[in-house]
Amino acid sequence: MARIVIDDLHKVYAGGVKAVTGVSLDIADGEMIVLVGPSGCGKSTLLRMVAGLETITNGTLTIGDRVVNDLEPADRDIAMVFQNYALYPHMTVRGNLAYGLKNRGVSKPDIERRVNEAAAMLEIADFLDRKPRALSGGQRQRVAMGRALVREPAAFLFDEPLSNLDAKLRVQMRVEIRQLQRRLRTTSLYVTHDQLEALTMADRLVVLNGGVIEQVGTPMDVYAKPASVFVAGFIGSPAMNMIDAGYLRDHGSMPAEMPSGTDIVGVRPDDLLLAKPEGPHLALQGTVALLEPAGAESHIYVTLDGNSAPLTVRVQGLPSVLEGQGVPLYAPLSALHPFNKASGKRTD
Amino acid sequence: MQTKRMTFNSRWLPYALLAPQVIITLVFFVWPASQALWQSMLRQDPFGLRTTFVWFQNFERLFEDSHYLASMKTTLIFSVSTTLLSMSVALLFAVMVNRMIRSQNAYSTFLVWPYAVAPAIAGVLWWFIFNPSVGILPYILEGFGYDWNHRLDAGDAMILVVVAAAWKQISYNFLFFLAGLHSIPQSLVEAAAIDGASRTKRFWTIIFPLLSPTTFFLMVVNVVYAMFDTFGVIHATTEGGPAQATNILVYKVYRDGFVGNNLGSSAAQSVILMVIVIALTVVQFRWIERRVNY
Amino acid sequence: MVENDRWGTLFAHIILILGVAVVVFPVYVALVASTHEGGTFLRGVMPLLPGSHGWENYSTVIIEGRSNAGAPPIGGMLWNSFVMAMAIAIGKIAISLLSAFAIVYFRFPFRIFFFWVIFVTLMLPVEVRIVPTFEVVAQLNMLNTYAGLSIPLIASATATFLFRQFFMTVPEEMLEAARVDGAGPMKFFKDILMPLSITNIAAMFVIMFIYGWNQYLWPLLITTDDSYYTIVMGIQRMVTGGDSEPLWHLVMATVVLAALPPILVILFMQRLFVKGLTETEK
Repeated sequence: MARIVIDDLHKVYAGGVKAVTGVSLDIADGEMIVLVGPSGCGKSTLLRMVAGLETITNGTLTIGDRVVNDLEPADRDIAMVFQNYALYPHMTVRGNLAYGLKNRGVSKPDIERRVNEAAAMLEIADFLDRKPRALSGGQRQRVAMGRALVREPAAFLFDEPLSNLDAKLRVQMRVEIRQLQRRLRTTSLYVTHDQLEALTMADRLVVLNGGVIEQVGTPMDVYAKPASVFVAGFIGSPAMNMIDAGYLRDHGSMPAEMPSGTDIVGVRPDDLLLAKPEGPHLALQGTVALLEPAGAESHIYVTLDGNSAPLTVRVQGLPSVLEGQGVPLYAPLSALHPFNKASGKRTD
Repeated sequence: MQTKRMTFNSRWLPYALLAPQVIITLVFFVWPASQALWQSMLRQDPFGLRTTFVWFQNFERLFEDSHYLASMKTTLIFSVSTTLLSMSVALLFAVMVNRMIRSQNAYSTFLVWPYAVAPAIAGVLWWFIFNPSVGILPYILEGFGYDWNHRLDAGDAMILVVVAAAWKQISYNFLFFLAGLHSIPQSLVEAAAIDGASRTKRFWTIIFPLLSPTTFFLMVVNVVYAMFDTFGVIHATTEGGPAQATNILVYKVYRDGFVGNNLGSSAAQSVILMVIVIALTVVQFRWIERRVNY
Repeated sequence: MVENDRWGTLFAHIILILGVAVVVFPVYVALVASTHEGGTFLRGVMPLLPGSHGWENYSTVIIEGRSNAGAPPIGGMLWNSFVMAMAIAIGKIAISLLSAFAIVYFRFPFRIFFFWVIFVTLMLPVEVRIVPTFEVVAQLNMLNTYAGLSIPLIASATATFLFRQFFMTVPEEMLEAARVDGAGPMKFFKDILMPLSITNIAAMFVIMFIYGWNQYLWPLLITTDDSYYTIVMGIQRMVTGGDSEPLWHLVMATVVLAALPPILVILFMQRLFVKGLTETEK
């Protein structure tokens, strides 16, 4: 159990490429932090610096009460679950779980006990004597988890552990990892590029872009109040609609309540309505470009008159609109997200 | 050249790991090679008493020596014939085996084992078969009115060593051609069949061109084999004879150095051979580099 | 592809059967010759069917040899060949594994330089530096020793390249997981890398054993004591050693014994052999 303090970490590669620039983060004991962002945003580099698999160019990393900048991965009291599991193919499941403990000089009966406990917890006791090659993707995933678990480390590090699983299994493992983490209360750092995984698993999520933190907060905070255009576009699916403030002014529909400096107005697809709501709202006029039924909900793509990029509208069930038909669109003022184009930041 | 993304840190360990190989290479490869280079510019008097530094005179003499030039020509004929014979037979076998389905492995097994036979032994085997008094082939050839005698006839001797050297190399070429054929996408051949190309036409217009990387690679390997690895074939059978007819360069280095004790000339010949191997290796390596990039 | 070409297939079978016959023929002839008595060959062309003196001939060459023709009993030569082939195969694999490990898993000054030093061995086959190499071995007092027979031949760029190639395909995460699990370099090498390389090691072993067994020029140069003769070079002494016509039945028995071990290795490990051969040259 440990608190992890990341203080102004920098990573500059030999070629001069900056992967991480001044990231600071205070992770409480037992907290589940999810690092999320597009590929190349520095999230994996940050995780690998915490693990000790990348050297730290600048800054201080504290795990528990030790500064671990210069410690070997094995001495940092962490365990890692890799994207492709990295199970040793020539060892049995038991051998895989025990290897790290053996290297640490844990006594035989102790290894035996810990391996059995972890196996029971992850329901892999039946395949302890099989080789990884004889396991399914989900089972391998559990073994990889087990290898981290038996170590009883101060922190778990997860590097996109679910990205090699099919969609159904991914949801199932997502739930299991979350439950396990809640039960063990082990500090965890979890990297993913999947915003849904981030929203569902995190105590707090950290959105990274271009090597810097865009926003830190609980999933609901980040969703309800994205701090930047980038976060607004990355978190939430379908992505938030961005309407140029200039267009709204030209059409006389720019609400006077928008803070100064606002030149982009964001609105989530769920907040665009076909029927006029009560209270103050934004009103627009457009044409249905495409209707996309998706089972319980439908997506309507609406081109605003005189504006080419279509807006996405999400509605329940199948709406009674036709492609090519003109429709009015409304959004409550409380659901609008004002941004500044130059800084990319929120203006309210 | 790449390493792993993450590497171990140790000041001395990598050097310790490399030491055995590097020391052996320096002592038994680099040092003798530089000795050869040095000796190639020295000349000893006939009694071995005085050694003088003669710059490139040994090389100049070699290129004026009709024996050496003849040996070069012999080597050329020998390696080209061996390469062509061995590769064309191997290609024929590979193409035929490739169209079999169930019998592929059986035929392959019968065709691969000569790889294991040492060149010297291959030489002795064929020497026996071609032996003028007890051999089976001269007996058959006599039926056709040909009087085979590789002890006297230069052409017969050359045929003998070429057949022996090529025979052993068929397995190697066969395996690579078969691997090459396996790697040609079946869809291409099918497309050509739909386009109405006959089996023969498909071979020459689709399969053979697509095999060209393998063919080129094998050509280099076979020339190297014929020039250097066939020492045993020659030494165990014709010993370069009759009258130098099969005295290839590698054999001549050995003869002049060990039997003739002409160190300066032998060293100069070594240096020329090194240049040839290095040139062939570079050609081969560039080819490998290119293929890796695909 | 659906293609009814029965005549073509028949033709292919005929070609292949003839081909196999040609390929097998020399060894068949040797087998047959080794089962006849010496007198048979004085009467003219050799027979094509086996005779009845096989046991006799083989026990003669293995136990007695032909000392008067300069050939010791070949039992000892077979043993020498075996020792040399094993030493070369194991030695090559050991030093190549270590140097490939250094080159792939460490970054250190002069790494590229060392890579080239190893590469040089490809460019300098023993055949082109016969005399000076002999002199070096003589100076080191390694003539007529097993060490002299094997050590100068165990530097191998081919094996190093193969292992380097293979190590590059081992997932990065293997090393990272091992580091997190607390394995240092040699522990990683022993516990993870070696077991992962086992098929490649076996394939390399097949190729290198054959390479070692079939050495000819090298033992010819550095052995003058017949208790260190190897079988492949020993045959040459039998063929040319005596004054008279070679004793064909005994020569051929020796040839069969000399060729048999590597042939058996290939036949029993054909899959590994093909893998070793085609992958080293890539």
